[in-house]
Amino acid sequence: MSKQSIPVRKFDAVIVGAGGSGLRAAIQLSEGGLKTAVLSKVFPTRSHTVAAQGGVSASLGNSEEDHWHWHMYDTVKGSDWLGDQDAIEYMCRKAPEVVVELEHFGMPFDRTDEGKIYQRPFGGHMSNFGEKPVRRACAAADRTGHAMLHALYQRNVRANTQFFVEWMALDLIRDESGQVLGVIALEMETGEVVAFHAKATIFATGGAGRIYYSSTNAFINTGDGLGMAARAGIPLEDMEFWQFHPTGVAGAGVLITEGVRGEGGILRNSDNERFMERYAPNAKDLASRDVVSRAMVTEINEGRGCGPNKDFVLLDITHLDPATIMKRLPGIREISIQFAGIDPIQAPIPVVPTCHYQMGGIPTNFKGQVVSADGAPVKGFYAAGEVACASVHGANRLGTNSLLDLLVFGKSSGDSVIEDVASGDVTHRDLPADFAEFTLARLNRLNTQTGGSNVNETRLDLQRTMQKHCGVFRFKDMLAEGVDKIVEIEKAVARTEIKDKSQVWNTARVEALELDNLIEVAKATLVSAEARKESRGAHVRDDAPDTPENPNGRDDVNWHKHTLWQREGSSLSYKPVTMTPLTVETIALKTRSY
Amino acid sequence: MATSTMEFKIYRYDPDKDDAPYMQDMAVEVDFAIDRKLLDVLTRLKAGDDTLSYRRSCREGICGSDAMNINGKNGLACLTDIKDLKQPVVLRPLPGLPVIRDLIVDMTQFFKQYHSVKPYLINESPRPERERLQSPEERDELNGLYECILCACCSTSCPSFWWNPDKFVGPAGLLNAYRFIADTRDEATNERLDDLEDPYRLFRCHSIMNCVDVCPKNLNPTEAIGKIKEMMVRRAI
Repeated sequence: MSKQSIPVRKFDAVIVGAGGSGLRAAIQLSEGGLKTAVLSKVFPTRSHTVAAQGGVSASLGNSEEDHWHWHMYDTVKGSDWLGDQDAIEYMCRKAPEVVVELEHFGMPFDRTDEGKIYQRPFGGHMSNFGEKPVRRACAAADRTGHAMLHALYQRNVRANTQFFVEWMALDLIRDESGQVLGVIALEMETGEVVAFHAKATIFATGGAGRIYYSSTNAFINTGDGLGMAARAGIPLEDMEFWQFHPTGVAGAGVLITEGVRGEGGILRNSDNERFMERYAPNAKDLASRDVVSRAMVTEINEGRGCGPNKDFVLLDITHLDPATIMKRLPGIREISIQFAGIDPIQAPIPVVPTCHYQMGGIPTNFKGQVVSADGAPVKGFYAAGEVACASVHGANRLGTNSLLDLLVFGKSSGDSVIEDVASGDVTHRDLPADFAEFTLARLNRLNTQTGGSNVNETRLDLQRTMQKHCGVFRFKDMLAEGVDKIVEIEKAVARTEIKDKSQVWNTARVEALELDNLIEVAKATLVSAEARKESRGAHVRDDAPDTPENPNGRDDVNWHKHTLWQREGSSLSYKPVTMTPLTVETIALKTRSY
Repeated sequence: MATSTMEFKIYRYDPDKDDAPYMQDMAVEVDFAIDRKLLDVLTRLKAGDDTLSYRRSCREGICGSDAMNINGKNGLACLTDIKDLKQPVVLRPLPGLPVIRDLIVDMTQFFKQYHSVKPYLINESPRPERERLQSPEERDELNGLYECILCACCSTSCPSFWWNPDKFVGPAGLLNAYRFIADTRDEATNERLDDLEDPYRLFRCHSIMNCVDVCPKNLNPTEAIGKIKEMMVRRAI
């Protein structure tokens, strides 16, 4: 099959994904006059940014003194010093600007009595370099992500952005030199496969939280950008670092924002004890997420869990004024009633740590350009938001820094594209003759497979394996076993079979193609985790315990470096952490405690 | 384990192979200890028959994907408790919009109406260096408006929208129109009212309140429409 076999559409830029980062990038490009196509598997306001709750961080100082440098310190510390300090400085300095801009776009933030943007405390956000909690999270009740995503979409309506709604990107197109030339995508309504030939391609495809069985993530979060990048030979960075959010509704997995603790909520065990006082005497319930999740699992493992099976702890807000709950946490009340069957005004919410966010991703610099192992940009390729690894979150992300990340790097990736197109650095290069062959072969295999494996069962296998072998606490033997299991599951993924052969809105086909992406992410995660023989941030293993030489099990001598996983041969390499910020002094390595 | 069989009648149509739509009887074993919501059961049904097609994403009632007609009433599958459902559960696509396949409708007309109200803040004044100020009371005016998830439950339960989907904005669009009219930062109130002062765009609403009855977010489009009408009267005198 040759390139004539599928239609080709030409654009200056193509953005894959229309969540927060994709929409923010699209505003730059549309308002900047570039002919842009935005592809999304779902209508833009259905993207998973919509489910973010608690807030977006910016040192506006609307309620008390704050400074971007303090925010930077907290982010570096939160990352357990794995974050790149140039990107972190860039993000924290830009935060006030992009949040104010969002307000100008129409974002309905809550307000202080002076009419400024309302801010609440959040985990790990402190004043004066780690002293005490500070109100930095800018919030629209507990629906910040929803309000933000709609405001960004609305701004795109104003800018006449061209959307391709319910199109799934399948593969990246690269030429022999490695330059990225666009994507091949499937229109779900018709089954048509089309090439989007572009000077610049921005991935804003979000995370892959669905590699875990218990996840706060939407069904659509299947790591499509990561799968496409990996298949095209782009390495994935720091994939061993997954955030388990402390408060998912037990059983249902639905997120309960950290903003609940920001407003005064307390975690309690079966003895009704506020156990976080023992684990984080200073920050208590507002310690960093990795710290709180481990404390919760320790409580449960030591028999102090609640309920008939002692398998969850309680998030208590019954002491708060019901008026505060109705005003600041109305969505949480709805979720608790819907998914836990309790009204949090009257009874505490059963919660467990639940997979929430991928710190790793496609390696980029702070301009949103994808970079290869040596730091040189991959021409024509950009990434922003959860799919990207800038790396601002390092080994553990602070709450509210995800919404900030997508604003800052959505914007910077858009600006980079405008610059690179204007300078002639990226142009429409010829598509290779066989550019569609690989993708069409994948689709053909799926259409003709008989006697194959079941998509649903294979995905469940994958999710249960990740949950069991690569969770909040990790064990040497379990990790090794997990790698073997994933390699087996990979074989089943290669021969999935679907009964639905229709061209029209074939969701079975979409789910099979999503599984092709999930397996890449799962494998990258397990292989990277098995290899990292230390504990850092969200990655904590039994054979890297807390010792005087390696406090918290962190081994800076051997492991203060980023992992790079390559799909080819499932091989690993490493690159140094950028410790030099843009303008301020390095925040030196230090033992992390809250 | 409290398992039991749940029975369904589901609207099926695949234009690739069916000449006409039909209702299919389907049944599935559910575990009431795990399965709480209709979406959980749809997931089980789909595991048995991968051709069953519907939209879904967040499974927590915030993305607005899985709106459908459930036992005659529009709602979100992910927020519908299965224990309250009369069996066989009859599932149909949202009424009034063209069906693409099974429970998936073509929402073009719905979004066209949403876009027609200029659903974005219009403020041409020079941008201040910091946020535009808005008092908590002014901000409270947006409550009950900005939370719309564009699921289309309301507009597709409205007879006026069924008869004139190309001319009547519909409850979702009008709720969003009022969201910007009510925003003290927006400077286009008059233009917005001019645009809606039309026998069809606004005045096809006859306040039968189907929209209020079905909104999964407990919003009240009828009240918002009433406020727009009130503002038109007030500016006329």
